[in-house]
Amino acid sequence: MALKIQKKQHYKKEAEIPTSSLADIVFLLLIFFLVTTSMNPDKGLGITLPPPGEQARISKEKVLSIYINAEGKVLIGEEIVPLDQLKDKIKAKLKEKKNNLVKKGVRNPDPIVSLITDVEARYSAMVDVLDKIKLAFEELKKEDPKFKEILSLATPVF
Amino acid sequence: MKIEAKNKSSSKIPTASIADIVFLLLIFFMSVTVFKQYQGLRVELPAAKATKKIERKRMITHIWIDAQNHINIDDMMVNLEQVTPILKKKILENPATIVSIRADARSKYGVVARLLEKLKDANALRVNFATLSKG
Repeated sequence: MALKIQKKQHYKKEAEIPTSSLADIVFLLLIFFLVTTSMNPDKGLGITLPPPGEQARISKEKVLSIYINAEGKVLIGEEIVPLDQLKDKIKAKLKEKKNNLVKKGVRNPDPIVSLITDVEARYSAMVDVLDKIKLAFEELKKEDPKFKEILSLATPVF
Repeated sequence: MKIEAKNKSSSKIPTASIADIVFLLLIFFMSVTVFKQYQGLRVELPAAKATKKIERKRMITHIWIDAQNHINIDDMMVNLEQVTPILKKKILENPATIVSIRADARSKYGVVARLLEKLKDANALRVNFATLSKG
């Protein structure tokens, strides 16, 4: 009898999994992930390219062309626009174009911004202008949620 | 004597739930972590006010262009002709791939424009110009 009882107790003890160190292990893992996680997310200015081979005909009155020359100077139409006035200028021009298109009863009266950059220009000059275009579109969208953002990066001929 | 005993019992901080809290944190960090796969090139990104976060972190392919106009995809130095086949393969694996162009502010736009042409040929149409946020 005495032997039996001892055996039973022995079995009960063995069936337990030690969990006291679990917290330590989890802590260690936590610290590892805390250290390896980089909290700076990927950021940038997003655009969608047109599919290859697609060359739609667009009437001239829809397009607002913005040029950047090799020195990084920005032209809208014929005039040079300084960078700090660019956003308001683009906004005004887009509004004007949209109004004209609506008045004429054109289908899809959404103006298109075409950004034409000289191949010799610095990349940062192009990003600066793209930034202003994006800001202008954002403000227009706030005023009129139906305003569509259509942007095309023109391809220089190589 | 009675008062002393009462004081003793109230001065303990319950630690039984710490493990659970830590577990929760661990699971959070495990699910959020995306390991950096590639080193890339040393670039000075341009800054922009309209900078937006890319939501789908796991779908991004990075292309680096440094100030000397070298192109680098996934830690491989490539020339322009190699871009289309590499991207085509990536698009086949995941059609929703977003290409993040991490170009140096001092690089020439011509290189970026040519790269965009190659991306178009590979049908990689979702492009993002990596910038730092400003203002």
